Amino acid sequence: MEPSEAQPATAVPPDVDDGLSNEDADLTKNILHSPGERAIEYALGACALISVLTTLGIAAVLIVESVPFFAEVSLTSFFGDTRWTPEYAEQHFGIWPLLAGTLMITALAAVVALPLGLMSAVYISEYAPRSVRTWLKPALEILAGVPTVVYGYFALTFVTPLLDSFVSGLSTYNALSAGLVVGVMIIPMVASLSEDALQAVPRSMREGGYALGATKIEVTSRVVVPGALGGIVAGFILALSRAIGETMIVTIAAGQQANLTADPTQSIRPMTAYIAQIASGDIAQGTIVYDSIFAVGLVLFLITLGMNLFANDFVRRFQERY
Amino acid sequence: MPPSVAADDAPSEQQDAPPPPPATEATRREPDTAPEQDRERAQTPKVKTENLSFWYDEGDTQALDDITMAIQPNEVTAFIGPSGCGKSTLLRCFNRMNDLVQGTQMEGRVLVDGEDIYQKADPIMVRRRVGMVFQKPNPFPKSIRQNILWGARINGFTGDEDALVERSLRQAAIWDEVNDRLDASAYGLSGGQQQRLCIARALAVRPDVILMDEPTSALDPQAAAKVEETITELKKRYTIVIVTHNMQQASRISDATAFMYLGWLVEMSHTEKLFTRPEHQRTEDYITGRFG
Repeated sequence: MEPSEAQPATAVPPDVDDGLSNEDADLTKNILHSPGERAIEYALGACALISVLTTLGIAAVLIVESVPFFAEVSLTSFFGDTRWTPEYAEQHFGIWPLLAGTLMITALAAVVALPLGLMSAVYISEYAPRSVRTWLKPALEILAGVPTVVYGYFALTFVTPLLDSFVSGLSTYNALSAGLVVGVMIIPMVASLSEDALQAVPRSMREGGYALGATKIEVTSRVVVPGALGGIVAGFILALSRAIGETMIVTIAAGQQANLTADPTQSIRPMTAYIAQIASGDIAQGTIVYDSIFAVGLVLFLITLGMNLFANDFVRRFQERY
Repeated sequence: MPPSVAADDAPSEQQDAPPPPPATEATRREPDTAPEQDRERAQTPKVKTENLSFWYDEGDTQALDDITMAIQPNEVTAFIGPSGCGKSTLLRCFNRMNDLVQGTQMEGRVLVDGEDIYQKADPIMVRRRVGMVFQKPNPFPKSIRQNILWGARINGFTGDEDALVERSLRQAAIWDEVNDRLDASAYGLSGGQQQRLCIARALAVRPDVILMDEPTSALDPQAAAKVEETITELKKRYTIVIVTHNMQQASRISDATAFMYLGWLVEMSHTEKLFTRPEHQRTEDYITGRFG
């Protein structure tokens, strides 16, 4: 989930270093004969390998640990049942209520973060005078540094009472408040990645638009944003997979009842919240309830993995080479 | 001030030649010039600058110093001079592209068809009349057809789009090469084709004047020759101002040439005269390759 991987934008234009690349390769070849250089290369490679191995390890643990769960709960009932009631006398393990909860949080977050994030990026990249730009982008990135537990209690103790004054029938724990706050949390990520993509659209492209008699908004909306689309969409997807994985806010503010509902004023239970609540509760290891968190974790992992792969693929296909 | 006179502030210590005679239509034109062209000369200039000075960096860096010149309609006018002499800056004053750079200052006037483009005119309207082609081909990441229509559409074009696309591409001498793939990406074209597409794109907005900022410097010689042919063809309908580092190019395609140095307009005259009998030592040094 490295954001930088999916930024098409920051790639060096292919024509910049064309003449040198062959020469560089030759130079490198000679240097690598020295054993010291080789040791450095291996040490750096090992560092890079750690994160790859960790990811593979997590995937392996999730798969191995969810085997006992799927021995007792068939895939048919896991994907066919519409109830998720592991803590009740009558246990049901249908993933849909948790999945729907996650999707609702993500959708609400998207409604908040995508337009606001993109418009902030357009302002910072295209409109803000240099003096504003120098402090606005760092200020926005501070938002990304706020601990999510703070956002969680902000949702529960400030946003929910605020919404309660004009949304009727709002539960104390509800999807609406949590989803909106998750959206606020990912605005900086959307804005920052989109802004990088906008900045990567070459100046010559903007000048081409202006020289044809375009106004600023025409150049922005019909040249710059379309030109940056690959990077913007990749940023959107990465930010949304961050929203899907967000745990603390939903654990605090969204509730514990796994309702299969489309009503955002009700309490819901996203997958991450379920995992956190079970893992931190007094459920004994080796029980089916305990094992279920690995199965849910596996589903979560596959969703975010799929989104990140899609984002990378999208960038590769849509990336404009200037 | 009459066209083609040397700037008064030009460095004078280099001037071995006698002071330039008053630049009248008669002295500037070669005696054997067709009378038809003489009549053109007598027309009012298409673009004129009066005592134009320009600064970057909040006035710290002066790029142009008191430039007065006139660009005749339906001619190719070339700006030559060493890097940093201000020729691109001057070109960008003609369509107010310098407005996009922060911290610039300007004095003097720029007139297009007698109208001061910095006083009354909206920069958007100026750029619709004065088109521009850049050093590096910069087509939009869209189809060939969409590239042509982009400028026309934002300018409220409602006529026959197919006809506009064909006419613009024909005028830019690229129709025969691309008419079977108008919906293919412009990025699939070669550099020379992309540059002629950019010329076609500028023509589709129906400007009177086309500014070209070193339009062939990023192209190979064959592609450059194609673009030069196109330029020669275009001057029948348009007024063209071209910045070039390539003096052979200036002598091949331009009717008038201005030599600039350190922000001064050293000398401007009929191209053949400037290259064969320059009035200033510095011009001669530059065109014979002694510096630059």
